[in-house]
Amino acid sequence: MNFIATIAINRKNGVADPEGNTILEALKRLSYSNVKFVKAAKLFKVGIEGDEENSVRKTLEEISQRILSNPIIENFEIISIVTIQSAGKK
Amino acid sequence: MKAGVIVFPGSNCDKDTYRVLSNVIGAETRYLWHQDTQIDDLDLVVLPGGFSYGDYLRTGAIARFSPIMSSVKKFAANGGIVLGICNGFQMLLEARILPGVMIPNRSLRFICMQVYASVQRNDTCFTSLSNVGDVLEIPIAHFEGNFFAPNDILKDIEDNRQVVLRYSDAQGNVSDESNPNGSINNIAGLVNKAGNVLGMMPHPERSSEKILGSEYGRIIFESILHSILNSE
Repeated sequence: MNFIATIAINRKNGVADPEGNTILEALKRLSYSNVKFVKAAKLFKVGIEGDEENSVRKTLEEISQRILSNPIIENFEIISIVTIQSAGKK
Repeated sequence: MKAGVIVFPGSNCDKDTYRVLSNVIGAETRYLWHQDTQIDDLDLVVLPGGFSYGDYLRTGAIARFSPIMSSVKKFAANGGIVLGICNGFQMLLEARILPGVMIPNRSLRFICMQVYASVQRNDTCFTSLSNVGDVLEIPIAHFEGNFFAPNDILKDIEDNRQVVLRYSDAQGNVSDESNPNGSINNIAGLVNKAGNVLGMMPHPERSSEKILGSEYGRIIFESILHSILNSE
């Protein structure tokens, strides 16, 4: 089966986020005074093949921990894993 | 002294580093390709500056998985001298050979300028010819040079006296005003606990010859040479 996973990499609390802060400052200048914070993050879409979702999730967790994130400052979050039906198969 | 300079796809300070080691210091120097694994005969391995793998994902994050990095890890564990400059420092952090991480400069700008860095200790093979408190005027050139470590790791770094260089002013005063990129505790360079691996953001290879305007960086290479000759 083919899957498409969406994985977010977020900074841990307390880690400086100059990008998010700069965007927040810009929003304040534009008078969006009700915006309280902006956090910059990374989003990855990963196409992956596997027999079932659990084993695929395990591999995705490993990839996220080992490569996609730096665990010292980042957390990962697997937002979704969607099955893709191959064309022509019933 | 036998030295190797690793060339990763995207390295761009490899030739400068090679030139200084070979022509200025007089070391027997060779390039190492990132797919090489034979480095056991060397005294020194340098991970040069640049933009390895386009700096994609995080700086140094992909270079970390190059075949040569397993050899570098073993080389370092066996006491071999490893110097990571700029992008090379970032790789050593990603490979967990050194503690902490680099995040974007607090100004969110690429900074290319001469800075001052004050020597914190001279009992390492990288600073043995300098004095504590010496101020080195060396250029930096980076976007992700804002060193960060969570409190527990930072405490460990400071308790073990791992900081070798801190950003300072010309007189050696370490303050927020003399901090170009936001690095925590003004950290510009640090060693592992054993003291044989140094990562530094300033570029000593760009300041080792008079014609380049500064010779302060040469003391790093000269100290390494001195340490190796003295240990033989």
